Amino acid sequence: MSPLAAGPAPDVDAVREVLRGVADPEIPTVSIVDLGMVERIEVGPNGIEVELLPTFVGCPAQEIIRDAVIQALAPLGRPAIVGFSFRVPWTSDRITPAGRARLAATGFAPPAEPADVRCPYCRSGRVAMDSAFGPTQCRSLFYCRDCRQPFEAFKPV
Amino acid sequence: MTDAQLDAATSAALDGLLLSMADDEFVIGFSDSEWTGIAPILEEDIAMSSIAQDELGHAKALYELLAGVRADGRDADAIAYDREPDAYRHARLVDRGRGDWAMTIARRFLYDTADAARLASIGEGWLPLAELVGKIRREERYHVMHALVWADRLARAGGEARSRFVAALEELAPDAPTVLVAPDGEAALLAAGILTRPFADAAAGWRMEVAGILGPLGITLALDAPVGRATARTSHSDDFRWLHGEFTSVRRSDPEAVW
Repeated sequence: MSPLAAGPAPDVDAVREVLRGVADPEIPTVSIVDLGMVERIEVGPNGIEVELLPTFVGCPAQEIIRDAVIQALAPLGRPAIVGFSFRVPWTSDRITPAGRARLAATGFAPPAEPADVRCPYCRSGRVAMDSAFGPTQCRSLFYCRDCRQPFEAFKPV
Repeated sequence: MTDAQLDAATSAALDGLLLSMADDEFVIGFSDSEWTGIAPILEEDIAMSSIAQDELGHAKALYELLAGVRADGRDADAIAYDREPDAYRHARLVDRGRGDWAMTIARRFLYDTADAARLASIGEGWLPLAELVGKIRREERYHVMHALVWADRLARAGGEARSRFVAALEELAPDAPTVLVAPDGEAALLAAGILTRPFADAAAGWRMEVAGILGPLGITLALDAPVGRATARTSHSDDFRWLHGEFTSVRRSDPEAVW
């Protein structure tokens, strides 16, 4: 056991529960667990290992998320080893049903092929893609022809 | 396959392949980022900025793999920024200055289609690259869609839009095949399964794809072997020297700066 360890080792579910409290830095209502970014948790003699999947290769939020995870796990009293990997590609279908519901409630259409995107405000399907590229790498720009509201939709990748 | 299992020849060839792929993404990413704030329409200002951010992200991830292969203590930033212009190995297609919007779209169209053919040639022989490429291809799909929409729009617009777009394509055509010039040590890469086909085969498929897109638009391009094959990735323009001065300026003023 590591000399840094204090108390009994936390189990994987406890770690996951803590990570449910780590939000995406841009969408505070959705956790990294609900976004499907947490690929692997292992509690071993060296500490708590967490393997994360970046939504996009060049997502500039990676460092912020890594720091937030380390900070959130600190009360468990063991060193956190947090890394990003491409071992499994993050895809938009990793977002959980709860995550999709929270995205929609926050005004972001969850990922879908363009023909299936619905307005997160009025649920109309009469929407048009203005541009595949939005203010962040993971989102596209849409416009709702019914409630005349521009909105952002997660890119299906 | 782990690094330790790569023989010296394969490791050297992999080094060259990673460097060329990373430098291509890095240089075109920086060129495209020059549109931030001045693109023709707001949506394109956002799109070019987002595409540039993707490309710089891909470059960073590829430089990180390269730093791991070299294991000489130099990190991705050191490889990206601490070289003289002559040591960059990007293809001549991306070596010119940004140019106007027609030139930018022509270059993106030729590069995105050629890059897709290159990415489709990467096999499972070295897993870190295979895994990264699996992720990158999902993102590049959007770049290709963007390039195709704009190629179609400019070509069908007629008038000045079409004539400037066609002129830009013709100007870039001799340099376009430089992206798919066979890397040094290609035979070793094929033997190790890092590549699944020679770049000559990828280039043949790419030429057919481009002809299939441009043909219906009434545009014919000569995309045979590049002029100056031997210097396809080694002779750089004054435009690139200027861009190099721009993208290394922060690093030179404060090597310890963090993002």
